[in-house]
This record gives sequence, C-alpha cells and structure tokens, in this order.
Amino acid sequence: MKIVLDHLTKQFISRHNKNEIVTAVNDFSFEIPDGKLIGLLGPSGCGKSTTLNLICGLEQATEGKIYFGDLDVTNLPPENRGVGMVFQNYALYPHLTVRENIVFPLENFKGENRLSRQEMDDKALEVAKLVQIDQLMERRPSELSGGQQQRVAIARALVKTPGVLLLDEPLSNLDARLRLQTREQIRRIQKETGITTIFVTHDQEEAMSISDYIVLMKDGLMQQMGKPQEVYDNPDNLFVAKFLGTPAINVFEGKVVDHKLYIGEDYVMDKDIDDQEVYVGVRPEGFIPSKDGKLICKYDRMETTGRDTSVICHNDYCISDEDIRTIIDDDDPIENDNGIIRFNLKPHKTYIFSKEDEKVL
Amino acid sequence: MNNKNNLKGWLYLLPALIFIGVFMVYPLIDVLIYSFEESYNFASQTYEGVGLYNYSYVLHDTYFLQALKNTFILVIITVPLSTGIALLISLALNSIDKLKDLFQTIFFLPYVTNTLAVGLVFMILFKKTAYSDGLVNLLLNTVGLSSIDFIEGPYWAKMFVLCFYTIWIVLPFKILILTSALASVNKDYYNVARIDGTSKFRMFYKITLPMISPSLFYLIITGFIGAFKAYSDVVALFGIDLNAAGMNTIVGYVYDMLYGNSGGYPSFASAAALILFAIVLTITVINLLVSRKNVHYQ
Repeated sequence: MKIVLDHLTKQFISRHNKNEIVTAVNDFSFEIPDGKLIGLLGPSGCGKSTTLNLICGLEQATEGKIYFGDLDVTNLPPENRGVGMVFQNYALYPHLTVRENIVFPLENFKGENRLSRQEMDDKALEVAKLVQIDQLMERRPSELSGGQQQRVAIARALVKTPGVLLLDEPLSNLDARLRLQTREQIRRIQKETGITTIFVTHDQEEAMSISDYIVLMKDGLMQQMGKPQEVYDNPDNLFVAKFLGTPAINVFEGKVVDHKLYIGEDYVMDKDIDDQEVYVGVRPEGFIPSKDGKLICKYDRMETTGRDTSVICHNDYCISDEDIRTIIDDDDPIENDNGIIRFNLKPHKTYIFSKEDEKVL
Repeated sequence: MNNKNNLKGWLYLLPALIFIGVFMVYPLIDVLIYSFEESYNFASQTYEGVGLYNYSYVLHDTYFLQALKNTFILVIITVPLSTGIALLISLALNSIDKLKDLFQTIFFLPYVTNTLAVGLVFMILFKKTAYSDGLVNLLLNTVGLSSIDFIEGPYWAKMFVLCFYTIWIVLPFKILILTSALASVNKDYYNVARIDGTSKFRMFYKITLPMISPSLFYLIITGFIGAFKAYSDVVALFGIDLNAAGMNTIVGYVYDMLYGNSGGYPSFASAAALILFAIVLTITVINLLVSRKNVHYQ
C-alpha cells in the first residue's frame, strides 16, 4: 500500500515547561511507494519514532494528513488502520506461548471476519514458517533468544496481513552478529510478503544495507529522501553527509577564491563556485596518496582493519574530528616524507557546503 | 575450609535464629504440646492426661462454632469484595491523569488512621443510642426505612457492619499494591494490543490481569490470613464481650480462653489456635495450588 504523508506536523507540550511547545515532527511530506522497505533514519530524539507513532495512529497529528493508498487515515484509530507494528522491546506477552502471541491479533476479529480456531492456528503456523520459528510454537518468550523473540514479534505483526508493517528500532536489542542475520531476515520477509514496510533506526549502516529508500531526519525536519547509495553519493547538506558512512566523512574549513578551492593554504582543486568561505567534506575513500598531492597532512599511523587500509593523519583545518581517516587502495604508494603525507582528492568524493546554511553547493 | 565457612555462616545466622527459636519455634511447639495436655494448669504446671479431649471439647463448644462461623463469613465476604473493589479503584486511579496524586493520598488515608479511632467513627455512624439513631439510620429513615440497631441488633446487621468496616480498613493497602502493579505494566503491551484492535475488556482480561497476577495473588493470600486472624477490629466495634454479642472470632475465642471472663484454659486455647492454624494452612496450600496455573511470574 502506498503511504503519503502530507505536511505532517506533531507538537507536544513540553514535559518540563508547560508553556514550551516541542515540535517533534515538522512539516513532513513524502510519499512511500507500494511494497518498498523504507528506513527512517536519524539521531536519537529527531522525531523518527513519533513519525512511526503517527503513521500507526498511537499519536494524533497536530496538522497535516496521512494517506494509505487513497484512504485518509489521519483521524482513524490505530485498530482501523490495518497496520502491524513491532516495538523496540518486542512487547511479547510474557504469559502467553509463541503460538498464543501470534494468534492474539486474530482473536480480536469480530463478526464475519472471525476465523475458526483451525484457521487461526493455520495462519499462525504459516507466518511462523515465514519467519522460521515454527519449531518454537509452544515456548514462552522468556525461553527464546533475542533474535527469536524479534521474529515472533514480526510474526504477530504480520499474521493479520496488514497493509503496512512498522518496525521501531527492530535490531537495537540484538548483538552485532544477530543484527546482520536479522536484517537480512527482515529484508527477505519484506520481499516475500511485499508489504510496505517502514523501519526506524539510528544506525545508518543498517538503514543503508536493506532499505529501498532512506529518509533522513534531524530535529523533526526531513533532510533528504532517496535510494541509499544516491543519498550517500549526493548529500543535500552537511548533516546528511556526516550522518551517512563509516568511517564518517572528513570535514575541512575551506574557501573558494577565483574558482579555486583551498583547504587552509593548500589549493586542492578547481571549483566553479562563487568566492566564499565553505566547508569541504571528503569521504574517506576520496583520498589518493601521491608524491605531488595537493593536500598536505601530518602523517600519524597506518591501520589495517579487515580489508581496509587506513591512513590516519592530521590537518589543522579539519574540523570533524582530530584525526583524518582515509581509506586507501593497498597498492597506493605511501609517501611518508618526514612525517608529511600528500593527497589528491577525488572530485566525486569531495563535497562543498555553504558556510551559511550548510547546503551543498 | 568448607567446615570453617559453614561455622561462620551459622554464626552470622545466630542472632536471627535465636529470636526465631525463642519467640516462634519454641512457642509453637509449646502450643502443640499444650493442646494435647488435658486440663493443663499454668500455676501448678500440671496436667491430668494426654489426648485429643481438648480438640473434642473445642469443636463441640457452641461459642467456638459461632466464632468459626463468624470468621468464615467474614473471610468469604471481605476477601473477594475488598480485592475486587481495590482493583476497580486502582484501575480508575490508573486511568486518570489529573488529581491522581490527590486521590491516591485520599484512598491511602485510612491506612494511617488508628483502628480504635476508626472504630469510634463507625460507632457514631452506626450505633443507636437513646439520643440518636446514628448517621446511617438517619439516611435509612430519609428513604423510608426504619432504624436498625447495627451494633446491638440483629446478627446480619452486625455482620454487615463488621464486613463493611473490614473491607474499608484493608482497602488502602490493596489499592497501594495494585496501583503500583498496574503502573509497572509496560505501556507497549497496550499499544501493540490497541494496534491489533483488542477490546478494552480483552486487554484487561488477557493482559492486565495476568501481568498483575503476582500482586493480586499476594493480596489474596495475605487477605485470607489477615481475615482469619480478625480480632481487634471486632473489639473496636462490639466491645470485649464478643461471645455475648455473638460476634466472636477464632482469635477472639483463643484470647477469651486464655484471659477472658471464662479464662484460664490454655489447653483449650491451644487446641483452638491449632485448629485455626490448620485452616489457614489448608487455605494457603489451596491458594498456592490454584496460583500455579494462574499466576505468571516474569
């Protein structure tokens, strides 16, 4: 089902100061195509969970509209929206078995929608097979691992075949290895069911790896929406550039004079931009060590983690971190000349942001 | 090494063990012995024989049978009613936002009020004197009913006052326990249930009740035990000659056998006390067995 958010705004009265109004979601407009997996991404407190709650109906929008397909659901209570939701803590009923948990939503059906006991059990088994927990049906949640609990929660959300599946930080309670497995599972389940799925996360790698589209948020404002790689390659602003990618982008103070881009005193490349002070963002993979490189840095050390070789170095004009982190090709020659290392920058990995509004130039 | 540690362990336990031994285990054994010693006399420390006569006497004593009946009626009426009412009030308290603290304080006030002072208030409400029929009777009169002497009148009226009083006095503690139990249920359970279209009643029955079942079970067990041990409340309402008032309880009977007008019968008192113990033990075991299936500890 297609989901449209139309100028959606949610304001709260501050818990600490009754006169203060907090805008958790500010004028949100985007359209989620049918059957896609969307990652809602942002730092904690940016309003992504509120957005999810608005979509499922647990929160009422202050302004704006929400459409599922052509249906305006803005004022529908959650039970009439046909959404399935998985909470961060899974919220599995601890006193019920896995089967009872999964069947629970079906038992709420009334009148002619009501299924027979046999149909309910069949449906429960069907989704349990989909999420691969059909061996565990008679266990209690406390007897399951975190990943299994997570899948039970997904099964419970899917059993009534919702039009929309919402996942709130689905992987944050799992350890690193399980997280990798589970996100592939979520991807597979979403593909198999074709249900439009929105999941919230603060982990950019998670969002990038499985989403069809990512939506980046900051302070209640949408920053950018697009396919993960496109957003990574073409960030709209400094925040998006900094938020996506590990290691993070390196940001320098720079200036453009006569269409020449300078970092500090180093003239690094030509840029067809009006003269001004700018921020220069360079992805770690955008550095090429070279004897006649234009950016001059103080060499610190080499680090090899797995398949990546990094050179850590310093530059007085780097403001994102004390260290500049670069990822280089193994066969790039490292010229370490009395503690000085020189780089050329790849133009398509270098982004220029306005100093005024941090928008890309 | 191990022995040494064991010794140390026992040493640390000693203070508690001494107190439990002297003030609980020894008296318990003593009572058990008294209950089999016929016509035991405190002063001379002598008895005439050993056997079950004390139990037989107590179980045929009309006063004891009355006390037994009173206690059972009190238990059967007040434990379910007080727990149920406390649950309803707690649910209401839990569902309001404004003035929640105020209402919680008001509902808790009876807990910090002196039993005898409350007894006095109930006298004023219910007692019929030469000068006044009491507040409750005044209310009854306004709706066209005739006055009833609740304190010295018919048995059911006295039992009503006793049950009313008992329920009122145990409510605050139960409300306190249940409101905190309700507040500790994670809101996400209700959110996920709401999204799945669960009715309010089903949420209560399938989520709330199982989630607070440990607290509920605790209240039911302690409620049973407390009600079986009722005594001071009865005295506060009906005075110390409870046999004459027909409102004695088992504990009251034990007390009377030891110290009352008819006092000086430690053997009978012991037998009655052990009968009470057996009853409470049986009820508690039944409770535990029922709870195995229905109480969900996390």
